[in-house]
Amino acid sequence: MKVVLQNLTKIFPSRDKKAGKEVVAVNDFTFEIPDGKLIGLLGPSGCGKSTTLYMISGLQKPTSGKIFFGEDDVTEVSTENRGIGLVFQNYALYPHMTVKQNILFPLQNLKGADKLSKEEMDKRALEAARLVQIDELMERKPSELSGGQQQRVAIARALVKMPRVLLLDEPLSNLDARLRLQTREEIRRIQKETGITTVFVTHDQEEAMSISDLIVVMKLGVVQQIGQPQQVYDDPANLFVAKFLGTPPINVLEGTVRGGKVYIGQEAVLEVAGVADQPVYIGIRPEGFVLDENGPLSCKLSNVEVMGRDVSIVSTNPASLNPVIRSIINADNRVDVTSGTVRYSIKPHKFFLFHKDTEERIRFEVK
Amino acid sequence: MVDSKQQWKAWLYLAPAIVLLLIFTVWPIFNTVRMALLENYSGLKAAAGMQFELGFGNFVKVVQYKRFVQCLKNTCLLCVLTVPISTLLALLVAVALNSIKFLQKGLQTIFFLPYVTNSIAIGMVFAAMFNIVGSFYGTENELIVTAGIINNIIGFFGGKHINWINYGSSYEANMFVMVVYIVWNALPFKILVLLGGLQSINKQYYDAAKVDGTPRRRVFTHITVPLLSPMLAYVIITGFIGGFKEYTSIVGIFGENMGPPDDAGRLNTMVGFIYDALETNSQGRASAAALILFGIILVVTLINNQVSKKRVHY
Repeated sequence: MKVVLQNLTKIFPSRDKKAGKEVVAVNDFTFEIPDGKLIGLLGPSGCGKSTTLYMISGLQKPTSGKIFFGEDDVTEVSTENRGIGLVFQNYALYPHMTVKQNILFPLQNLKGADKLSKEEMDKRALEAARLVQIDELMERKPSELSGGQQQRVAIARALVKMPRVLLLDEPLSNLDARLRLQTREEIRRIQKETGITTVFVTHDQEEAMSISDLIVVMKLGVVQQIGQPQQVYDDPANLFVAKFLGTPPINVLEGTVRGGKVYIGQEAVLEVAGVADQPVYIGIRPEGFVLDENGPLSCKLSNVEVMGRDVSIVSTNPASLNPVIRSIINADNRVDVTSGTVRYSIKPHKFFLFHKDTEERIRFEVK
Repeated sequence: MVDSKQQWKAWLYLAPAIVLLLIFTVWPIFNTVRMALLENYSGLKAAAGMQFELGFGNFVKVVQYKRFVQCLKNTCLLCVLTVPISTLLALLVAVALNSIKFLQKGLQTIFFLPYVTNSIAIGMVFAAMFNIVGSFYGTENELIVTAGIINNIIGFFGGKHINWINYGSSYEANMFVMVVYIVWNALPFKILVLLGGLQSINKQYYDAAKVDGTPRRRVFTHITVPLLSPMLAYVIITGFIGGFKEYTSIVGIFGENMGPPDDAGRLNTMVGFIYDALETNSQGRASAAALILFGIILVVTLINNQVSKKRVHY
């Protein structure tokens, strides 16, 4: 089932009439979520990603715009009639019911023609439980489960009525680091097996990049960029997207373009074509640095962090907006720690220019 | 561990509380047991230097009183009638209050008013409301002109005036008035506790129920009530304990007569029985009755606890 969002906007009125402005949580969001894909809505807190999810679920009504499931306009359809499964951030498992009762609960609500026999319900519940591998835990109460198991129960409960769309709100935020890795693969597996169009919300870029077919990066209610994770990482639309994706984060420096050359301080680090002379922001991915004794960019060396496969060189440059410049290079390179300075040349495809005022990307050709 | 040389300091700081507790709690409890076990104990006689034998005579006497059985019956009846009614009503009011935004604070205040109002004063108002004639002590021969608002309302709808609390009124009518009064008086505290409980239930449970298309009735019975069960158990247990100590409400409506003018003492309760015994200087009998009441409350509370262990979720 594809999901189409058309000019979706959500405005929350201000609480305090005198002081406040209304808050535009989601601003003119248009996007077609392809059938059977896993979509990550990504952004810092307050960017409107959860609001978008809740509008798709029907728990919140859009101020304007439309939502389609397939060809059906569901904008005015109430939550229970949309055929969605929703997994809440803290799972919202009913604490007084066993795992089995929790999973059965949505089925017991079905009425009329959809009403199932008891055997049918048990069968469906067991199938859902098997899918998320909790069929051994059916008689336990949620309080007797670990965080990861609770998460699975919540997913089973959302899946048991075979929803057209599965929505997950920050599904991994309550899990510890190890479980997070495991569960995100689990979510990917379940999504692949069921083929249900799935939208999940996260503020963790690594999480979104690792399992999504497509990511949507949002900021202050406005969609910044939509694309495949690798493509968005390699080709960010603006400085915000570039900064938001990637660990360690991208290095941002101030510079100028003069006569087809990009200057950091007085050093011309790269020759670019088709860019007018102007002050710019420069983004360089940590993996975009190459140690080079004759390289154009010089930085003051602070220290070297050894990580085994790679080394991370921490240095400073007066033009840098981050406190330090962090580069990741292969551990085969020997770094002379005593010299005090380090020189780099730059990989052009890991090097981005942005307008100083709009922070939009400036595209260029490498000479 | 505190250095033993410093321990006197700890005792010093504890002393005010310990001294007060010893004087006003521990000693009275001990003294109650002592007086109950001394045959025919009376404070006056004790002051005159009389000695009393040990024995269970006080308990036997208490149980043999015809009035005692009546008091026990009244007390139990009031408990059994008022606790379920007031709990159920409080639950409905709390859920209703919780589901509205507009006027919620104002209505909350109104519902809480009985709690801060003197129960004797409320009792007098109720007595006036349920009155049948201008005079409280009216007899059969007086002209029946009701001044009570309840009877006026009944009259307005063409019903026959009911003698609620006056001369010649029936036991059932008296009980009805008591139940209405006690339920009304017990509501605010229960509403407050249940409303607090409702507001601490995570909204996401309701969102989850909504996503699953749960009918409202099922949300109430399968989500709200189970999640509220700890609070419900609390108000039921305290309700029973309060019910067994019922006394002022009867005084509020019927005065110290504890019944309509023609049958004084008909609505007396356990606590009333204890006060009566004290008035006749039979402290031994009063203590025995107090211990019996204590025993009943203990047993009922234990049963409540046992039931709620099965019913109260998580």
